[in-house]
Amino acid sequence: MMLKIIKLARKSPISARIGFVIIVINICAAVFAPVICPFGETEVVGDTWLLASADHLLGTDHLGRDMFTRLIFGARNTIAIAMIITILSFLIGTVTGFFAAIMGGWADLVISRIVDILMAFPTLIFALMVLSVVGTGTLPLIVVIALLDSTRVYRLSRAVAMDIAVMEYVEAARLRGEKLWWLMRDEILPNAMPPLVAEFGLRFCFVFLFIAALSFLGLGIQPPTADWGGMVRENAGAITFGIMTPLYPAAAIALLTIGVNLIVDWFLHIASGLKE
Amino acid sequence: MKKLLEMRSIYIEGLSEEKWYPIIKGIDLTLNRGEVLGLIGESGAGKSTLGIASMAYTRMGCRIRSGSIVFDGTELTEATAEELRTLRGRRIAYVAQSAAASFNPAHRLISQYSEGPVQHGIMSAEKAAGEAKQIYRHLLLPDPEFIGYRYPHQVSGGQLQRAMVAMAMACRPDLIIFDEPTTALDVTTQIEVLAAIKRIVREYNTAAIYITHDLAVVAQIADRIMVLRHGNLIEENSCREMIVAPKEEYTRRLLSVRAFDGAKDLDRKQDEVILDVRGVTASYTGNTNVVEDIDLAIKRGRTVALVGESGSGKSSLARVVTGLLPPVKGTIVFNGNRLSGELKRRTKAQLRSMQMIYQSPDTALNPKQKISKIIGRPLQFYFGLGAREREKRVLELLEKIELSAKYYDRTPMELSGGEKQRICIARALAAKPELIICDEVTSALDQLVAEGILKLLQNLQDELKVSYLFITHDLATVKAFSDEIVVMLKGRIVEQGPKEEVLVPPHHEYTDLLLSSVPEMDPDWLENLLGRRRKEGKISTVMDS
Repeated sequence: MMLKIIKLARKSPISARIGFVIIVINICAAVFAPVICPFGETEVVGDTWLLASADHLLGTDHLGRDMFTRLIFGARNTIAIAMIITILSFLIGTVTGFFAAIMGGWADLVISRIVDILMAFPTLIFALMVLSVVGTGTLPLIVVIALLDSTRVYRLSRAVAMDIAVMEYVEAARLRGEKLWWLMRDEILPNAMPPLVAEFGLRFCFVFLFIAALSFLGLGIQPPTADWGGMVRENAGAITFGIMTPLYPAAAIALLTIGVNLIVDWFLHIASGLKE
Repeated sequence: MKKLLEMRSIYIEGLSEEKWYPIIKGIDLTLNRGEVLGLIGESGAGKSTLGIASMAYTRMGCRIRSGSIVFDGTELTEATAEELRTLRGRRIAYVAQSAAASFNPAHRLISQYSEGPVQHGIMSAEKAAGEAKQIYRHLLLPDPEFIGYRYPHQVSGGQLQRAMVAMAMACRPDLIIFDEPTTALDVTTQIEVLAAIKRIVREYNTAAIYITHDLAVVAQIADRIMVLRHGNLIEENSCREMIVAPKEEYTRRLLSVRAFDGAKDLDRKQDEVILDVRGVTASYTGNTNVVEDIDLAIKRGRTVALVGESGSGKSSLARVVTGLLPPVKGTIVFNGNRLSGELKRRTKAQLRSMQMIYQSPDTALNPKQKISKIIGRPLQFYFGLGAREREKRVLELLEKIELSAKYYDRTPMELSGGEKQRICIARALAAKPELIICDEVTSALDQLVAEGILKLLQNLQDELKVSYLFITHDLATVKAFSDEIVVMLKGRIVEQGPKEEVLVPPHHEYTDLLLSSVPEMDPDWLENLLGRRRKEGKISTVMDS
């Protein structure tokens, strides 16, 4: 298994390697944030919107906090939350999707229609609505976005599982008397992996952007916790004075999105089985 | 006579895991005008690759490394793409195995017929349509004036295959390549297509390369036969000589396949009935019954063959017995206990003692599971064996199906078709079943491999006293393998009884049709059969069906 991965990595194209480096840097930043950062996450260290200098690598923000420190702590918060949301949405989406595909009939009909209803609302509006009702906070944020996202995952995993569920090896397992959980975990999941993993990468990006959008609107991660979307919003005013500050977190978002997509593209290429 | 096609020392390679592997290893092939050449061999022998190389074409991922292909004086390996394009379809035509997959479902047959001649600028669409009707008539298609205006899904498989032969004839080519044109068809339909091909090839004096794995089929139509194996030429001779006096051991084995004899000692009196199906009627929609009023009994340690053409309801009957399709009426008694019609209501012990082996081992094995897990799971599931005992038992089972222990850690993808089917058998055996339902288990396999599987099943029956419900359309295997035969037609049983009674005349009319349609290793078999049927006035029913 390990050998296979190494062999595969060695054949990887340059684009995938760049993506890999970007992601590793981001993860390192997130994990080692307190070690790397010269200041505290919410510590006020100087005047507002100072330009970049030796003391403050990326200057300071609108309250005089160190921008470099906030950017790294932002990576920590944003990536962790995006990761949790994506994993949660995949758990919900694949389990219900596989369930609907295996059971068919009424179960499929009911779940699919509920999902249709959820998908009929524009995601952002729906999230805004729910969050303004239940209140802002990390937990509601995670639950709401995961639930909304899981509808997309449901659609994909149901479609993939439908094709697999009619295979004779699944029928053989049914005839053996296997329970639903075995069918989902051992017969269908391993064969549905490639499209799901590719989707995971894409979803992660979307969630990430979605949180940034919500933060920008003031409903995402709440201050003083640093997150990239929120940091763009807080410092947006600086643009009028010709100060670069809000562009740093924006660039960070763009960079991570590109990095993840480069890896996903490569994975899709492998999964498609095409030769060059 | 001038040679129409001359291929000299052809080497063809295929790309796999970024390496080029030889597929055809230097074969010469010549063909005269109007001659029919049979290319035969097992899958992977390179017969299709060599066949289509005659128009200087290779499938994706293959390339012609060296050799020369001279068609009617033109060297094709040096021809430009444009020259090849005008040649293909016009002077060399191709008939694929699956007509259903090769026709465009959105266009009428006749407009697909006209496409070739119009594209090549030979004639107008109207003229082509007129000729199409003529050729449809030659091919004995029913209602030749109007059948062309149907869509592909509106005609039967055999008719569609003949419509494709007609398409190949559209430009009056000098050479047609037939790539297993009858393999996917039922025996009775196969005869129609075979007769049609033979007739039209003679009539227009067209040369043909006929690719197949079935020596008995090719014997009916070919003037000369080439036997291929692993990309090498094993033997080449005129058809009649090859059948009478094969020179090579491999050819002899191919010829003797049909003679497989599972001689068993039937003196062991066995009257204990293990499966008793009474008055079973089942339906998918609730309106039309796929099986109707079926009575069937299987004794312990015996084999009952369920024979019928596609659509006769034999696989549906298997689904009823296994519980996947609950019957509308009737009872199933297994081992003295009445079985519920629904899978969910059956006990683990009932599920365990009835196992199933499928037609296509490719889809019957989970490609992501290792052999150890595939065979080990029933052991764990039914008997709760621990890891160590399981490993021991899996290795025993591997030995039983005549595979070595090195297969333990492999995945199905690393196995050949026959090996996969053996794994399916081991998975069924792991449950220690009393009845195994075999649904066309040899149809997807080469004849020699299929023979091995049959022998294995026979040995296992002798050793373990397991019963088989053997579903098949292939009467040749039935003759050798079964104790009792049940013939199905349109969801009903038309004849049943011990093998000796069913196979010996007088038969039911339909059984007779089925039996007489199995090709024999005799170049005159088809002619004789058609002559006989014509005399008996049965020809119209066969040809129009």
